[in-house]
Amino acid sequence: MDRAETDSRIRALIEPFNKKNIQVAEGTTFSGDLEFDSLTVMDFVAAIEDEFDIIISMNQQAEIETYGELVSAVCSQAGK
Amino acid sequence: MSEGVAEADQPIERVGGAPDLMSKFDPVIATREALLAGGVEDPFSLVMERVLSPTKAICNGRDTILLGTYNYMGMTFDPDVIAAGERALADFGSGTTGSRVLNGTYQGHRDVEDALREFYAMDHAMVFSTGYQANLGIISTLAGKGDYIVLDIDSHASIWDGCALGNAEVVPFRHNDTEAMVKRLKRIPDGAGKLVVLEGVYSMLGDVAPLREMVGAAKEEGAMVLVDEAHSMGFIGENGRGVAEDQGVLDEVDFVIGTFSKSVGTVGGFCVSNHPKFEILRLVCRPYVFTASLPPSVVATAATSIRKLMQAGDKRAALWANSKRLHAGLRELGFTLGTEEPQSAIVAVMMPDLEHGAMMWQALLHEGLYVNLARPPATPANMTLLRCSLCAEHSEEEVETILGMFERAGKAVGII
Repeated sequence: MDRAETDSRIRALIEPFNKKNIQVAEGTTFSGDLEFDSLTVMDFVAAIEDEFDIIISMNQQAEIETYGELVSAVCSQAGK
Repeated sequence: MSEGVAEADQPIERVGGAPDLMSKFDPVIATREALLAGGVEDPFSLVMERVLSPTKAICNGRDTILLGTYNYMGMTFDPDVIAAGERALADFGSGTTGSRVLNGTYQGHRDVEDALREFYAMDHAMVFSTGYQANLGIISTLAGKGDYIVLDIDSHASIWDGCALGNAEVVPFRHNDTEAMVKRLKRIPDGAGKLVVLEGVYSMLGDVAPLREMVGAAKEEGAMVLVDEAHSMGFIGENGRGVAEDQGVLDEVDFVIGTFSKSVGTVGGFCVSNHPKFEILRLVCRPYVFTASLPPSVVATAATSIRKLMQAGDKRAALWANSKRLHAGLRELGFTLGTEEPQSAIVAVMMPDLEHGAMMWQALLHEGLYVNLARPPATPANMTLLRCSLCAEHSEEEVETILGMFERAGKAVGII
């Protein structure tokens, strides 16, 4: 699966959680820009895990701050 | 608490402009100041000047009914328990001054572990200095680098801290959601160790886990299962062994964690298990090794209390009757509760926000009732709760008195 396709699928998943309709770019941060709290993170991560049939542990989540980092992480896992 | 706790960031210059490490707590200081500025008594620095019984104390100078102590079975003033503690204090001294694996295992420590093995009918029991340390130690030691811990998102802080202390991959799932748990277990790479961590009763809302379903499903995925039964010991299940016993799956649970600081009525934590290699944990579990063991008087009171809990059918019945009456009474008054039906001895009353919660807490205290004010981050979904925990020793009249207090306070604060 290429990065563009992964990107568009993740964009669709973010929508219901993007309450303030923030423009999402590579550098958009989840805690700062999108203001995700811990419960939102859990639901959003669960949506991504289900969509791509992968697991993103909290240890991995700690390394993911921006949208671009998330897309890369999903690409590398879903590509396995 | 001293005045200093309310002082925000101090502009002290440090070499190289390094920040004050305490500055990160400024938001907490601000929240606390705002709360206290409203004139409420500080809900987090209550002092019990005298404790009269498991259900009564003098708190901040007032006669108070205790409805937030987790003293479920009322063992703290049991004459046999007190006598055992006094004897051990006189015969073995005030403390062990040592680790369990060096000079800190006395006859009493062995005896309380025997009492636990009898209570749970299990092969092994290991006693820690607190319940917090039991979770911290067992979870961090069992699941290491490359292993996966799959746990309920509403798990107690001690479980999360056990995860943080170890090096395993940590994967939470939505509260009590078996399907979400199974999905995550299925995605774990082949060959990785899996530990599922569940609780019998979740202490914030007092709800019970569907362990029959969850434990079976976790085993089918090849996971080992740990269940924290801190809030069920002594009164849930035929022999008081907890929710796993009540739902008929205790045999499938690999590790049960429990505490002496609730139904047992003292302090300490434990893990019981039938795993044949269990005893080696005593040498490899750091929160067990690198701390002093419990004082002789504490293990003596715990052992006596645990053995009495095995015969405590009347108390169990009284605790359930009290829990059901309080739950029904509060619902009739119009309060919103954490569970539709009483599932445990915890009844959580939902508050609209922290401000109303604190006002209600204070109104109850002035009525002469102590409950726990629980707020984020300890609570799920940023809820503010007034958490009530019943005691077998609350009389029927006391429960009615409590309902009257809730009615007056609730109307005064405008919640009902």
